[in-house]
Order: sequence, then C-alpha cells, then structure tokens
Amino acid sequence: MYGGGYIFDEPNKRQLKEEQLHDDPVKLAEFEARIARGEKIEPGDWMPSEYRRQLIRLIEQHAHSEIIGALPEGTWITRAPGFKRKLALIAKVQDEIGHGQLLYNAAETLGKSREAMINDLLSGKSKYSNVFNYPAETWADVTVIGFLIDAAAIVNQVANAKGSYGPYCRALERICYEESFHLKQGHDAFIELATGTPAQKQMLQDALNRWWQPIMHFFGPPDKTSVHSEKLMQWKVKMASNDDMRNQFLDQYVPKIRELGMTLPDPELKKDETTGKWRFSDPDWDLFKKVINGGGPCNAERLQVRQWAEEHGRWVRKALMNPGAVKTAPVA
Amino acid sequence: MTKNDALARMLTAMADDALIQGHRNSEWTGLGPIMEEDIAFSSMAQDKIGHAWALYRILQEELGGEEPDSFAFLRNEKDYRCCHFVEYPNGEYDFSLMRHFLFDHAEAIRYQQLRESAFAPLRPLAEKLKGEIKYHTLHANAWIAQLCRAGEESYARMQSALNTCFPLALGIFEPDPEAGAILEAEGIYPGEAKLKEMWLDRVYNLCAAAGLNLPAESSVTPEYGGRKGYHTEYLQPLLEEMGAVFRSDPQATW
Repeated sequence: MYGGGYIFDEPNKRQLKEEQLHDDPVKLAEFEARIARGEKIEPGDWMPSEYRRQLIRLIEQHAHSEIIGALPEGTWITRAPGFKRKLALIAKVQDEIGHGQLLYNAAETLGKSREAMINDLLSGKSKYSNVFNYPAETWADVTVIGFLIDAAAIVNQVANAKGSYGPYCRALERICYEESFHLKQGHDAFIELATGTPAQKQMLQDALNRWWQPIMHFFGPPDKTSVHSEKLMQWKVKMASNDDMRNQFLDQYVPKIRELGMTLPDPELKKDETTGKWRFSDPDWDLFKKVINGGGPCNAERLQVRQWAEEHGRWVRKALMNPGAVKTAPVA
Repeated sequence: MTKNDALARMLTAMADDALIQGHRNSEWTGLGPIMEEDIAFSSMAQDKIGHAWALYRILQEELGGEEPDSFAFLRNEKDYRCCHFVEYPNGEYDFSLMRHFLFDHAEAIRYQQLRESAFAPLRPLAEKLKGEIKYHTLHANAWIAQLCRAGEESYARMQSALNTCFPLALGIFEPDPEAGAILEAEGIYPGEAKLKEMWLDRVYNLCAAAGLNLPAESSVTPEYGGRKGYHTEYLQPLLEEMGAVFRSDPQATW
C-alpha cells in the first residue's frame, strides 16, 4: 500500500531554514531547471540538502507504513476463510513487506541505512501512516483495508510516482502495479460480504463505520491548515494536495460503496455537482494528531511486534554480519 | 481396508502436513529476523498451502472425498493426520529454520518417489511439487550452512535446534502398517521405512558438511501419534483459529 498523503515532520523543521536555501545558487538553479524539464534526479546527482532530507523522510515513512501495514491484515492470515482467500491474503501481505524492502532500498540511495531507519521507527522518532494504528477486528476489516485503504494509497502513490527522484519513482511504479491487483482482491472480498448473508452484511457495515474516519484522515489535514512549503511542490517531492487526493478518492469510491447497498457514517457526505467537490463533516483532527503522537488504539502494539522481531532476530543479523562467516550461495 | 482407504489415509496425512506446516510458515509474516526471511517464509507458506489444496482436490475428485475447504478447515482434531512436528509453534527462528530444513528434505524425497506412483493422478502433481520444494530445500540448506559458519552462538543454536527437532522429524515417517502394506504392494509408494532411510542419508551428509552432528536414530524416541489422530496440545487451538471465520456463519460463502 500505503503512502498516505500526510508526511509527518518535526514541527520545528517544517519551514526551510535560510541556510538550506543557500545551496550553491548555480547548482540549485540547474537542479531546479532539470526538475522543471521533467528530468529525474538520480542518487549520484547533486541535490540540495533539504531535498535529500525531505525525501529520506518521505520514503522512510512510506517504507515503515508498508511493514507496519502488513500487521493488521497479517493477523487474519491464519483465520482467512478458505483456500482462495487465505492464499490471496498471504500473497498480498507478502507483497507489502516486499514494498517495504524496495522502499528501504530506495531510501538507502540517499544515505540512510535500513538499520538506522528501523531504529528510528522503534524509537518513535520516525512515523508511519496513522491508519495502521487501528485494529482489524473482524474479517470484514480485512476486506475494507484491502479495498479502500489500498485504493486510497494508490491515489497517493500514482501521484508520487510522477515525482522527481528516480529510485523512488521506479519503486512506486512497481508498487502501484501490485497494488492495483490488491485492490481487485479487496474489492472482490468486499463484494462477497456486501452481497452475502445478513450477518456478513452487518459485519461489513460495522467495519465501514469504524474505518471511515481513519480513511478520511489518511490523506492528511485540509490544505488550508497543512504546512507544506511550495518548494516541495516545486521540487516534485509532494505531487498533489491533500484535499485534491481526498476528493479524487471520494469521487472514485463512494459510488462503488453505495451501489453495493452499503452506507457511510457521515450524513454530510455529498458531492457538490456545481464545484465537483465532495462535502463531508470534518473528521476529528485532534484525534489524528493524538494518534500520530502515539495515542492511537494500536500504536504500542504495532511497535511491540516490531520490537519482538528486532530482538528475536538479532542473533541472526549478528551472525550474518560476522566477518569470519563465509558467504553461502544456494547450490542446486 | 481397501486400496482406496489406504490411499485416502496417505493423501490425508500428506495434505494435513502441508496445510499445518504452511500455516506455521505463514505465522512468520511480519516477524522474520530480516525482511527477506519474512518474504521467504510467506512464499513457502503459499506453496505448502497450495500443495495441501491440490492433494485435497485429488481426494475429492478421485476418492469421493469432501469439498476441500470444509475438509481442510472444519474437521475435528482427531480426524487430522498430520505429524506432531508441524504442529509445534514456531518458537524462535532457529527451531523454525531447522524444522523447515528437515521437513522439506522429507517432502522432496517423498515427491520424488511419488513421480513413479502406480496411482496415476499423483504423478503429475508430484512432478510439479518436487520442482517447487527444490527451492525450499535450497533456501534451508543455504541458511543452515551459513549460520553454522557464522560464529559460536548461531552454530550452537543450530545444533541445539537439530537435537530438539530430530525425534520430532522422525515422526514424519510414523509407520502405518496396514495401509502401508497395501500401498507398497500396489506400487503406490515405497513405504515410510524406505523414505526415512533415504532422508537420513541426505540430511546426514548435509549436516556433516555444515559441521552438525545428526543424533543417532537409536538414541532417540521418535514422536509418533499424529498419523493415528493423536495430537499435541498445539493442534486444537490452531484449528480453532483456522476455522473461526468459517464457523461464524455456516450458511455463508466467503
């Protein structure tokens, strides 16, 4: 999945500092001209230090979102009903971990190691998409995540795939290709419940009601309150505004949900046909901030799972790094 | 016991082993020591669960068995025929890796033999599965060899895991004299005792190359029971989890 429109940054780092704007002006001008011409920036190329910092932050958070995002759905692999759903879910969650791997690799090209990124995740310094701090309570939650959260992530990632940093764009192209397949699986499982027994429909409606606010949060705060420098847009680090992405998502998916006879828990949700924009009640942005800062229902649990993996896998990683160890390639 | 009864018993045991081992592999998702191992165990989980599905379909199509989903997910515990080895929780990565190594070599040998089975529906499947399991054994071999050479701690963990796993792994080859005699006489497969000998030869050499001591068979008591329907305390909770959604609405399709 799973970029999420909102890129967390330390509040005091949101504005570019004067000295960061004072990179070598000739190189900076050439860099900006390359981006304006639609060229991709590659790892060895000159880039402003702030561009590098913002990209690491963006790609790292995206990578964390993939591996943490694997957890809520992953808890349903062992309970998935039947061979077809079980195999599809394992494959899907495996893809997400693979996306994490691709993205950590992309971020490493900018000079931060995977290990350093994982350490920042565990310490809470580095964030991931808020949406994964909510529990997947029933099987219907898996279908809502697979259908709607993957759909939301695709909106975001298709936009980002047109950004300026080559390795990130290439990773995203492959990710989007796989995500579109996840979306089909999610939609298929969602339809199965929406057209199923009364108990299945009720399970799905309940899941939709619980996930709707996190989904509305997914793209981040409204543009009018979101602090993002125009520089990031100019440098093609951020490719679309939060409101635009949210509107695109609502436009594409609300009709698909409603045509299946499901409802959404927002009486204000309605498209304004004159402006083409969706109206909705403001989701609780204080809650959004609280969850980012560790106060969501599953923040602690998600990090505990990662912590377990780190601690219990340490001896393996240590062994692999042993300078005396002889590398073994599989021999057929 | 008819030939078909004996066949059903063998296929059920093989399918249940693959299903439960696949389930255990899938539990590594998100927890592996490195991301690449998460992905590897996920891949093997998909293969194993796919193998189980294919075997249950043969049971259904050739031997009048039940529909695979309900047969796989809704039987009572005592009707499963998996060995104890696959039932044990994943524990640490050392146990899981050693189980994967010992179990997959047994699988590789079994399917290699079944390519020649007198039971025709099994031959093409055995050919296909043998090709997939080859990658599982390559993966296990590489990791075992690597970890055995990478310092004291990882070597000690591998040897200790081997000591723990060996009597459990012998349970894969639990004899079923009545069915076994029919299947051997019919040329359906060479029998558990022969498969075990081939497996011991193979794992002995691989262990020796990695510097591991394979315990003597005579020094341990094989953990039997699974093929007769007697299971560890770990199977029932696993089955409850596996069938939970299915049972929640028996009228539904998912």
